[in-house]
Amino acid sequence: MKTTLVYDGTFEGFLSAVFQTYEEKHTNVSIEKKELAAATFFSEYSCVITDSEKANRVWKGLAQQCTAEGKNNIYKAFLSEIVGIENSLLHFIKRSLSEKRHIDKDFADSEILKIAKTVKMVQREKHRMDAFVRFRLTKDGLYFATVTPDFNVLPLNARHFKNRYADQKWLIYDLKRKYGIYYDLKEIKYVTLQVSEEIYKASQATYYFTEDEQAFQELWQNYFTSTNIASRKNMKLHLQHVPKRYWKYLSEKTPKLKN
Amino acid sequence: MNFERIKEKLNILADAAKYDVSCSSSGSKRANKNKGLGDSSGMGICHSYTEDGRCVSLLKILLTNHCIFDCAYCVTRKSNDIKRAAFKVQEVVDLTIAFYRRNYIEGLFLSSGIFKDADTTMERLIQVAKKLREEENFNGYIHLKSIPGASDELMREAGLYADRLSVNIEIPSETGLKLLAPDKKREDFIKPMQKVKDEIIQYKSEKKLIKNTPVYAPAGQSTQMIIGASGETDAEIMYTSAYFYKQFNMKRVYYSGYIPISYDTRLPSIGTEVPMLRENRLYQTDWLLRFYGFDIRELLNKEYPNLDSDIDPKLSWALRNLHLFPIDVNKADKTLLARIPGVGMKSVQKILHARRFRNLNWEHLKAIGIATNRSKYFIVCDSNKFETKDRTAAQIKSLILQQSTSKYKATYNHQLNLFSSIETPLAI
Repeated sequence: MKTTLVYDGTFEGFLSAVFQTYEEKHTNVSIEKKELAAATFFSEYSCVITDSEKANRVWKGLAQQCTAEGKNNIYKAFLSEIVGIENSLLHFIKRSLSEKRHIDKDFADSEILKIAKTVKMVQREKHRMDAFVRFRLTKDGLYFATVTPDFNVLPLNARHFKNRYADQKWLIYDLKRKYGIYYDLKEIKYVTLQVSEEIYKASQATYYFTEDEQAFQELWQNYFTSTNIASRKNMKLHLQHVPKRYWKYLSEKTPKLKN
Repeated sequence: MNFERIKEKLNILADAAKYDVSCSSSGSKRANKNKGLGDSSGMGICHSYTEDGRCVSLLKILLTNHCIFDCAYCVTRKSNDIKRAAFKVQEVVDLTIAFYRRNYIEGLFLSSGIFKDADTTMERLIQVAKKLREEENFNGYIHLKSIPGASDELMREAGLYADRLSVNIEIPSETGLKLLAPDKKREDFIKPMQKVKDEIIQYKSEKKLIKNTPVYAPAGQSTQMIIGASGETDAEIMYTSAYFYKQFNMKRVYYSGYIPISYDTRLPSIGTEVPMLRENRLYQTDWLLRFYGFDIRELLNKEYPNLDSDIDPKLSWALRNLHLFPIDVNKADKTLLARIPGVGMKSVQKILHARRFRNLNWEHLKAIGIATNRSKYFIVCDSNKFETKDRTAAQIKSLILQQSTSKYKATYNHQLNLFSSIETPLAI
């Protein structure tokens, strides 16, 4: 009989579930997020209690069996939130713990290849956020940006922005997952807040943002237009690089705001 | 800041700078210092892409488009009747900082028309970079143009503030240069290049002994050539390029398809198509030289002075060297794997890793991501399904072309028939 382990959606919860598969010696098991798990006739359900001690033991065990890159990749693939990635990761972890050599480059194993490809996708999304975040300066002197990345990548972006904008306060907010990373000139904090739709309205811009903010956005739009070479127009390539779903956060792609 | 005036200047001076294709922001090792602004120690980032599909990574502008030279291929040439403008040093500094803080850019790419003489222009460029580094504590990326003919002292100073320096030779051959830019001498381009190369070597060796030696142009230097303005063959272009890579330790040579901007009879007329396919083939060749271990003489030589337009240069080389194939992907070493058409360096790495666990078959290779439509004629793997027929190069080529689509298909014929079409009667 197949067992389904249902966990709370956190990384710690996932590692606790992995611990449980070993503890209870499951052979036919599936790990699923609580909100996605659906009952079927042919499986048994078991709820995993998130336990940081158990999670740590798994993580430490992996440190001995994986390269640092391999271990990071487990976390990155997990952040993809792709349905079923937990079971690919379980396969990866089981093989890592049972075999002597590092297995993260065994690309002919379809599950390992799937993880490698997922990691690539997550990294690409992380890199896109490094590129596509557009800060706007608020009246309180905070550089503020909102994003809705395809994957849950903000934890991976934190260090990049901290190194780069060490002398300015900034906040990047993930509207989809309802949390943000905030840098207060000392360290990064994870925050949740209410983001009003109003901030996107041109009429409200001067209420939230500095007077010059709009002017700088217009300068940037102007630059963006002037630097284009019309006789080389290639929209297919353009869209490949900047898919439309990212446009709403790019000040150069949003048509000039009208009051 | 007077936004209206700045906007006007920005439009003119960004428009004039856009023909410089270099936009890379990678390869520097400048980390954030003392909690200042910026960091360029990571990989380059393209913050946006224009509708022509080119990346926007740096604020790329001219300090001024006033110029004393009259190079035919250049939009800011003296005789061209266009609007002129000039930025003040502080304006460029402020703009760079404001854009950088908003995460629009990785840094500044500053070039200039030559407004008085080479040294005065170079000095002004250096002032901008110096201000950014010293007054604004800016650690973002700075790419400065070396002005042809600038003195050694100025080139030495420039490298202390800039991450990358570049001087564009623009015309691949000396005769072409004489024809199109009679005011410029080839030595004037070479001199600053040589100086920068020497300084980089010297600073690097000093750094080994004294740890706090400042970095000098940590992202090296690059150059650019215009393609299709002065009648060079692909071989002439790529041999020039290979020379620059070797002689001056260039990080990059850029190829810029000529965009007609003038009615000058020495140049392709306005309305002529930008040679984008040719540009693409040259970049592919450039990559084969730098990353795939090819020697330029294998790809272009007296017998083959031009690249094929309908197939990529690696495939074209492979078809001329069928005696070296098939290659066994489970046994061949890295250099040989890199020579298989349809297999890129990323795939080569994956194959090398994956085959340590088991022999790879077609399914594995496809899943890894190699282009089997091209590579299948050149490899054997752990399978008994092979291309067994003894095909000639021409047969393989036509099979591959039949199975592939390209938006450039119309262009192949166009380029092939460039001369024959003149005799075609106007019967359409």
